[in-house]
Amino acid sequence: MSDQSCVYIKKEWDIVAARQMGRDIATQVGFKTVDQARIATAISELARNIYLYAGAGKICFEAIETVQKKGITIKATDEGPGISDLAQVMEDGYSTSGGLGAGLPGVKRLMDEFDIISKSGEGTTIESTKWLR
Amino acid sequence: MNTLKLDLENYRDLLDEYIRTKDERALYQAEQFSKQSMQQNISPEEIINVHLRSLQELYPELPDYILDSFDFLMETMMSYGLAYQEFQALREKQLELKSEIAVAANMQKTLLSTVKPEMEGVDIGALSVPARQMNGDYHHFVVDDEGSLGVAVADVIGKGVPAALCMSMIKYAMDSFPELRMDPKYILGSLNRVVERNVDSNMFITMMYCMYNTESSTLTYASAGHEPGFYYHKEKDEFEEISAPGLVLGVSADAMYEQYERKMDKGDMLVLLTDGVTECRKGDDFIEQEEILEVIREYKHLSSQEIVESVYKYFERLQDFQLRDDFTLIVLKRDV
Repeated sequence: MSDQSCVYIKKEWDIVAARQMGRDIATQVGFKTVDQARIATAISELARNIYLYAGAGKICFEAIETVQKKGITIKATDEGPGISDLAQVMEDGYSTSGGLGAGLPGVKRLMDEFDIISKSGEGTTIESTKWLR
Repeated sequence: MNTLKLDLENYRDLLDEYIRTKDERALYQAEQFSKQSMQQNISPEEIINVHLRSLQELYPELPDYILDSFDFLMETMMSYGLAYQEFQALREKQLELKSEIAVAANMQKTLLSTVKPEMEGVDIGALSVPARQMNGDYHHFVVDDEGSLGVAVADVIGKGVPAALCMSMIKYAMDSFPELRMDPKYILGSLNRVVERNVDSNMFITMMYCMYNTESSTLTYASAGHEPGFYYHKEKDEFEEISAPGLVLGVSADAMYEQYERKMDKGDMLVLLTDGVTECRKGDDFIEQEEILEVIREYKHLSSQEIVESVYKYFERLQDFQLRDDFTLIVLKRDV
């Protein structure tokens, strides 16, 4: 297990920094270009959600290595308003950012594992992992 | 031509063949690839990757800027792939919903079914076709102890599922009325109270209720804001609009309804309908009342059921086989 590396998201350009850090870690883990692009897109989506709806938060990365497999975990944390209806945001076709965002279902598709915890008024934590195949 | 698997080797060979020969056959194969990839949920970025790797194998000397440009292209295509996957998921969901609604529509058909009575002296034809799967029109026949025939035609303002749910209520309200008091004005009065109490205030129902007494050949009718029907006088060979003033159901709890009576002569005909018939459109224009009457007139020698079916076929065709509103047409002919 390696240490977490984090990028704080306050401005739109912080999304780029998060993508860059995520891509670097993904490359070290051994992901090829297609998967790198997928991971970067998932990071964009998570970071943009923080930027748009929570105002501020952070994206942390962790390279994971077990005996059987290697992967990368992205953890997005914010202390924003939280999501009251998780079922709704996980539903296809529901996207508040004008319909073109991949939304959280998109992140789930791009990655292998996805978990979300949110409390109204306290914030949201999303953890998502992609395994190297 | 055998189908090709989308793998690097095949793609590379095909690409190579195309680059060397500019052959249409290779392009056709590429089209097949494209279709198969979609079936197997292969996203655009993966195809770009296969393309890039094929190029690298075919042209090992390819300059870096070309290779890099593919990373750029891949990133640009990401959203398309995601949107396609979302589209697939939504399409599956839509199919689920569709079959669920089909079940509901079937259930509604059973719930709202009414048997067209076979009666001496009167020939009845009835047809009700929903614009979508569920019907917001309703018609109902009932024969009382004294041999009077009651006919109700109703239309919920709106279509689809909400309208259909609303209609089920009307049906059960009507079933619960005591059979002794079949006067149209009382029936509309009672239904109005049911609707007013139970249905959302922005949902309205119009209804025309007619009662035909076979003994005296009298027709009694009342209307709750419903589309006027037509009465055909055989002797004069003329159609006359029949309507009665009355508020649509559900607006005011104490609405009262007037009923009117007329004698039906032999060969006379009563036509009841919903606005799905009168609001048929020809392109962007509504059809004229005259046209409806002309069509009915053309078929008036047929049996009542044949009339309603022929009229429906005429208007269905006129609207390119796509109804815009639920279509209900009832014809009652005095034949003795």
